[in-house]
Amino acid sequence: MHKQAEPGNWQPVATLDMLRQRAQLLSDIRQFFAKLQIMEVETPILAHCASTEVHLDSFSTSLSRSSGQSLYLQTSPEYHMKRLLASGSGPIYQISHAFRREESGHLHNPEFTMLEWYRPDFDYHQLMDEMQIFLQYVGLPSAGFDQIRRISYADLFLQYVELNPHTSDISHIRRCAAALGIPIENADKLTDCDSWLDLILSHVIEPQLGQKEITFVYDYPATQASLARIRPGNPAIAERFEVYVRGIELANGFHELDDVAEQKKRLMQDQQRRRELRLDAYGLDQSFLAALAAGLPPCAGVALGVDRLLMLLNSVQTIDEVMAFPLARA
Amino acid sequence: MATYNTSEFRSGLKLMIDGDPFTIVENEFVKPGKGQAFNRVKIRNLKTGRVIDRTYKSGESVEAADVMETDMQYLYSDGELWHFMDPDTFEQLSADATAVGESSKWLKEQDSFLVTLWNGQPISIVPPNFVNLSISQTDPGVRGDTSGGGGKPATLETGAVVRVPLFINEGEVIKVDTRSGEYVSRAKE
Repeated sequence: MHKQAEPGNWQPVATLDMLRQRAQLLSDIRQFFAKLQIMEVETPILAHCASTEVHLDSFSTSLSRSSGQSLYLQTSPEYHMKRLLASGSGPIYQISHAFRREESGHLHNPEFTMLEWYRPDFDYHQLMDEMQIFLQYVGLPSAGFDQIRRISYADLFLQYVELNPHTSDISHIRRCAAALGIPIENADKLTDCDSWLDLILSHVIEPQLGQKEITFVYDYPATQASLARIRPGNPAIAERFEVYVRGIELANGFHELDDVAEQKKRLMQDQQRRRELRLDAYGLDQSFLAALAAGLPPCAGVALGVDRLLMLLNSVQTIDEVMAFPLARA
Repeated sequence: MATYNTSEFRSGLKLMIDGDPFTIVENEFVKPGKGQAFNRVKIRNLKTGRVIDRTYKSGESVEAADVMETDMQYLYSDGELWHFMDPDTFEQLSADATAVGESSKWLKEQDSFLVTLWNGQPISIVPPNFVNLSISQTDPGVRGDTSGGGGKPATLETGAVVRVPLFINEGEVIKVDTRSGEYVSRAKE
C-alpha cells in the first residue's frame, strides 16, 4: 500500500553514482543505435487506446473535466511504433517511460523505462544475434555474464522440470506443479495451461536462469504468442523470445505478426478473456489495425527493461535502487 | 468480512489462512514475461510461530485476520492461566499456556509485555528484548577464576535459568536478552 511519500524521504533512493551510471547507459544505448543508423523516435505516452493484453493493466484518465473521452498511459510504445514502421520509417528505436497498473515489487515499478527497437527484414533469430551484440556493447559481459545460452521453451521445461509444455494437458501440468511443491492457494482459479506454466516458470525455472550466462528462451507455445508470428506445425510455435540474466527477465522479442486478420482475431480474443476475468475491457486500437492493413514490413522487434539492465550492470537487487524516485518516493 | 487484495500485501499484514491468523513476513511480486502475475509470500502463523510459503494469483482477495498487538501489564498466574491488564482501560485478559509458551519464564509481575490478540483473545506474549531480573539461586563463584569462558547457571526470580559470569551473586539484578536467553550485564538500578 503506497501512500504519499514521507516529507523526510525527499531525497532520491538511487545514489548519485547510480544516477551517473544511468546517464552513461542511456548515452551508450543512443550511441549503439546511432552507429547502426537506426532512428530514435518518440511516440505518445498518453493515448486514446490501451493494450488489450490479458495480463496488462493500464492507468486511465480523461481528456478534460467535462468530457468522457478516456485516455490511457501506454504499457509499451508498440502500437505507435508499428504505425511508424507501416509508414516506411525503416529501423527505429525508442527509449520511453511505460506504465503498468498492479505491478510493484523488487523487479517492478508501475512507471519504468523501456527500450524498444524494430528491425525490418530481420527474423527473431537475427534479432537475438543483435541483442547479444547490444548486451556486449553496454557491458553486461564485463559485469560477469560472459556466456550465452539459447534454449527453446520446450527444452527449458524438459530440462528443468521434465515437462513437455506443448503436449501436456492442464491436469498433468497441475500435478507437476504440486510435485514441485509450489504452495499455490486457490488452485482452481488458475483455469488455463498457460497460467500453470507461468506458475512453474516463475517459481522454479526463472530463478535458475542466467546465473552466470545470458539465457535466451525462444519458441513459445502458440497460446503465448501475444504479438508474435505463429509458425504452423505440430505443435504450432510462437516466434517469440525472452532474455534472462540472473533470474531476471530482461527483454521480450517477437518476429512481428503482420497479418491484420489474425491480429484482429487475437485482440478480440484478449477482449473476450478480459471480460471473462472481469477486467477493464478496452476498445480495439483501430489506428493500429489500419496500419497493419496498409502493410507492416516484415520485421522483428524487442522491448528491454532499462532499469533492470542497470540493476544487472551494477549488481543491485531491487529496482528501487536504480531509480531516483521509485513509487514510494514519487 | 474484511479482505485484502494481493496488491495491498506488505510485511506485517494479518491474514486468515486455513482457520489460523498469519502475519506476512515477506511479499514478492513475480510476473513472467507477458504472463500471469503471482504474489509469493512468507507468512508466520501467529499461534505457532511457524513460517510457511504461499503463492497467490495476483488480484485475489484474502480474508483479513482481526489481530491487534498491544502492550499489557502482567499481573499474576493462577497456575493454569496468566492474567494481564490493559494499562489504559484496566481491562483484564487471561492467556493460556499455548499463548504464553516459552515467554512464561520471563514473566515478572508489573512488567509490560507485547500481547497479540486475535478476535480479542491473547494468542502470543512477547517479552521486551531486554529484561532486568533478580537472581534467586546461584552457586558462589570459585575464587580466582575470573576468565570469561566459564560461567555458571543462575535461576532467576521468574524461573528462567541463564548462564552468568562467576562473579555474579545471588540477589543481584541482571540484564538478560530474552531473544537469546543470554546474560548481558549487571542491571544499572
